[in-house]
Amino acid sequence: MDLSIYVKVKVQEPLLSVQGLSKFYGKRIGCDAVSFDLFPGEVLGIVGESGSGKSTLLSCLAGHLAPDSGKVIFDTAQGPRDTVVMGEAERRRLGRTDWAFVHQNPRDGLRMGVSAGGNVGERLMAVGARHYGDIRGQALDWLGRVEIAADRIDDRPTGFSGGMQQRLQIARNLVTGPRLVFMDEPTGGLDVSVQARLLDLLRGLVRQMGLSAIIVTHDLAVVRLLADRLMVMKGGHVVEQGLTDQVLDDPQHAYTQLLVASVLHV
Amino acid sequence: MTEQAYNFAYLDEQTKTMIRRAILKGVAIPGYQVPFASREMPMPYGWGTGGVQVTAACLVPEDRLKVIDQGADDTTNAVSIRRFFQRTAGVAVTETTSEATLIQTRHRIPETPLHEGQILIYQVPIPEPLRFLEPRESETRKMHELEDYGLMHVKLYEDIARHGQIATSYDYPVKVEGRYVMDPSPIPKFDNPKLGGNAAIQLFGAGREQRIYALPPYTQAISLDFDDHPFVASKADHACDLCAAGDSYLDEVVLDDQGNRMFVCSDTDYCGGRRAAGHVGRLGGEG
Repeated sequence: MDLSIYVKVKVQEPLLSVQGLSKFYGKRIGCDAVSFDLFPGEVLGIVGESGSGKSTLLSCLAGHLAPDSGKVIFDTAQGPRDTVVMGEAERRRLGRTDWAFVHQNPRDGLRMGVSAGGNVGERLMAVGARHYGDIRGQALDWLGRVEIAADRIDDRPTGFSGGMQQRLQIARNLVTGPRLVFMDEPTGGLDVSVQARLLDLLRGLVRQMGLSAIIVTHDLAVVRLLADRLMVMKGGHVVEQGLTDQVLDDPQHAYTQLLVASVLHV
Repeated sequence: MTEQAYNFAYLDEQTKTMIRRAILKGVAIPGYQVPFASREMPMPYGWGTGGVQVTAACLVPEDRLKVIDQGADDTTNAVSIRRFFQRTAGVAVTETTSEATLIQTRHRIPETPLHEGQILIYQVPIPEPLRFLEPRESETRKMHELEDYGLMHVKLYEDIARHGQIATSYDYPVKVEGRYVMDPSPIPKFDNPKLGGNAAIQLFGAGREQRIYALPPYTQAISLDFDDHPFVASKADHACDLCAAGDSYLDEVVLDDQGNRMFVCSDTDYCGGRRAAGHVGRLGGEG
C-alpha cells in the first residue's frame, strides 16, 4: 500500500465533502449536481435569489430533506461518513453534537415556552449533562458571550426582541461546541444596526472557535464580512464559485454581475 | 336489567383478545406505549375508560376486585366502577389490598406492598410524558424511537429555574429499564419508588388516547433527576390524624373557616387497617 498518498489525503481532508447532490420536487429542480468541499475553519457563503435552491441545498446538507442523489460526506469522530445513508438516530446525534442549525426565524429554532437558560441547556441535556449547576453555569456563560444580560436567563424568549432571540438561538446552537454550523439567512428580518452587531458577534465566534460554517443568504454584505468562499446559485445550479472577494470584485458569470450590480450603495 | 345481556365483564371476547394482545406486547416491551383500538365505554372519557377496558380484559370469574380513586375505596369513581364489574362480571370485590387479585386505581399505588400474582391497573389521562413539551405525536414517537430524551430534562430544568427545586409533584416521569421514558399516570411522586421492583404486574390504560403500556414484575423504573437536585419522594410533613401513620401519603382536609385542618391517609384501606389495629391519631378518638 502506498502510504504517501494516504498522508497527503489526510492532511487535506475536508470537513464536509458534497458530491453531485441533487434534489428534485417532481419535475422541478431544487438543486442539481452540487459539489464542493468545505475545510475545517472555513466559512462558505451561498448566495442567490429567492427560489435559486439555496435553502433546499442547506436542508439536504443538514439532513432535514432527503436528497434524490449525491453524497454528503462528513468527517465524523469515527472517520468520514456519508450522512445521506446513515441512520436517523446517528444523524440526529450529529445534529446535536457536531452540527448546529441556525434558522432564519428564531421561533423555528427556539422553544418559545422554555426559558432562555433552558433553551441553551437543552442540547447539553440531550448529550447527557445531568448536573443542574453546571448546565446553568454554561448557559450563563453563553448568554454573556452573545451579549444577553445574565438576569434574563429565566425569561422566556417570547419577551425578547428579534435580535436577542436570534442571538439566543446562536448561543443555544453553539453551546455544545459544534464543528459545523448551518445558517439560513441568520440576519434576515433584523434591522440594519442589529444586523451589524449580530454579524460582528458571529464573526468573532466563528474565528474564536475555529468553526466551519455554511451561510445561506441573499445579502452580499453578510458574505463579504463572514465568508471565505462564495457559491452563487441560480435555478438550482451553481453558476460561479471562488474566493469571496474574487467573486464579488470580479464577477464572471452574467448572473453574478447582475447580483453585484443590484446592490444599492448609499 | 338482565345481566345476561352482556358478555362477561361487559366487553365482547374479540375486543378482549385485542386488548390482551396489546397488554402482552406492552409487558414484552416495558414502558412502550402500545396503540390499541379503544372502545366506547358507558362512562365519559377521563373517568377511567382505559383502565376499565384493561380490567375487563384481565378479569376472570375467580378474581377479587378492588377499585380505588385517589387511594379511597368509597369515592364516586371507585364505587361506580366497582359496581359496574359486580353487575357485568359478577366477580367478588374487596376493599382490602392484600386480598385483592386485581386492583384498578386512579392516581395512587396502595400503601400495603403488593405481592406476586396481583395486577395493578392504572387509569391514565395522558400517556405521553413528552406531550406538554412537544405537541406533535409524530415527533414524540420518533423521540421515543431514537431515545431522544433531552427534552424531558428541560422540563425539570425549568422547574428548578423557576421554583428552586423540582416542583413536579405528580405525574413524575420515570425511565424504564434504561430505555423508555414513561408517564406513570398522575400518581404523587411519593409513589414513584413503588413503581420499580414491584412484585405485581402494573398495567396502564389510556382510553381516549388509545394506548396501553406496562411494567412487568420487578422492572427497574428510575425517576429522572439531576445529580445536584436528586429525586425526593415527598409528602406532607405530618402524621395521619386518624391512624398516626407517619409513612403514608396524606390528604389535607379543611375542617372549618378558622384555619383548622387535618391530614389523613389517602389510602382508606391502609388507614382503616391501622385504626382497627389500635393506632389512634391526633383526631382519631373523636369518632
